Amino acid sequence: MDIFTKFKTLDSAYDKLLSVSKHDPFGTTIEKTLSATTGIIQGKETLLFGTNNYLGLSQSENARKAAAETALQYGVGTTGSRIANGTYSLHQSLERDLADFFNRRSCMVFSTGYQATLGMVSTLAGKDDYLFLDADCHASIYDGSRLSQAQIIRFRHNDADDLRKRLRRLGDIPGIKLIVVEGVYSMFGDIIPLKEFAQVKKEENAYLMIDEAHSFGIFGENGRGIAERDGVEQDVDFTVGTFSKSLGTVGGYCVSDYPQMDMLRLCTRPYMFTASLPPEVIAATRENLKLIKDHPELRDKLRANAERFYHGLQQAGFQTGPDISSVISVILEDVAQAAQFWNKVLELGAYINLSLPPATPDNRPLLRASIAAAHTSEQIDQLLKIYIQAAKDVCLPLK
Amino acid sequence: MTETIESVSNIIIETLLENPKVPRNISADSKIIEDLEFDSLAVMNFVMEIEDKLDVSMPLDRLTDVRTIRDLADAIVSLK
Repeated sequence: MDIFTKFKTLDSAYDKLLSVSKHDPFGTTIEKTLSATTGIIQGKETLLFGTNNYLGLSQSENARKAAAETALQYGVGTTGSRIANGTYSLHQSLERDLADFFNRRSCMVFSTGYQATLGMVSTLAGKDDYLFLDADCHASIYDGSRLSQAQIIRFRHNDADDLRKRLRRLGDIPGIKLIVVEGVYSMFGDIIPLKEFAQVKKEENAYLMIDEAHSFGIFGENGRGIAERDGVEQDVDFTVGTFSKSLGTVGGYCVSDYPQMDMLRLCTRPYMFTASLPPEVIAATRENLKLIKDHPELRDKLRANAERFYHGLQQAGFQTGPDISSVISVILEDVAQAAQFWNKVLELGAYINLSLPPATPDNRPLLRASIAAAHTSEQIDQLLKIYIQAAKDVCLPLK
Repeated sequence: MTETIESVSNIIIETLLENPKVPRNISADSKIIEDLEFDSLAVMNFVMEIEDKLDVSMPLDRLTDVRTIRDLADAIVSLK
């Protein structure tokens, strides 16, 4: 027995996957990006449908220019954490921009989205508190909850009544109760019925945090996410999110109206003990935030693309998730078939994501496509054709 | 409180046997991960079912020490 023995099961599962999958779904390399929607993979021009680049802004001209100019002016890294030598006026400007965008008092910017959720969950909930997590919450939320040392209670996915039942079971037990949910869940792309959750939060005197990672820039009149779309922003105590989806860069944030947010800078470990974001990333993110504000038509285009793909899949007989969002998943029964399907899609010229149990809800393998505003209708139709051909090639029966 | 470790173990076993994939010869000493081949997600989802049957909420950290069906019953009884 050695230090790696505990990974034997994982190792065998990976070997088994590679035995039925010519290409490695977890080792795909984009050799070159040609645009927001195309790149070179294995030497071949490939449609990119697995990038989370929902508004195409990773390639925005404004952001690239701002990043280049800022790198020339400030250098390429801060080499320190926000509470040491890593706070530039640029970081504070972005925090003000985001707080203004959300109409909130305060914003903390983190070096990744993972750290934003990890930091906020682990710091806000203490040893004697209770965290109520949706069963399908992202790994960063579960990891943060373990760091917090709070009591963690899972409730059934997107089920506000189940949450209410579990909150009530605790009775009058002392301790703060923090509910953590997501606007759009990244595996099926399904959307939270947030009004119902806001109601439970109020009834049960709890706090509510929402992760808008996959909904920011996409839903709501101004792109603030599901809370804006559903008109319940005032019932949300903390909104967290990432820059690495709609904003096209890297980093994370938390916005809130609580005046104590500044104090959290001194006790949130994933904020305190890591280098702050490089100046060029901050500059690019600020430019892309402006684009999100000034170009609502990007959201309309994304919605139209997502609807086109979702309805096309349903018409062809694929089993999809329940909602139309920027992530559209096809649900399969069998890992081997899903891996073969993923390979066919790649060979036919499109890159999507393969997600496998136990990282997926209900232990079902998923083929996940990230739809972007930058995709053309022709590219969406091309992906549909590729899916239908791949289904034929791997003998996947369609309804 | 009427439930004992034994009665809760029996409820857990009955619930597990509703799943045709679970081996038929399980007992209170069966190890949930090794003998039943549950992964961590399956364990958490199964615990939710038991919570609802017994009207109890089990914080996830209590699962850390749970190996067998009896351990799970013990943890649940201690919460009642």
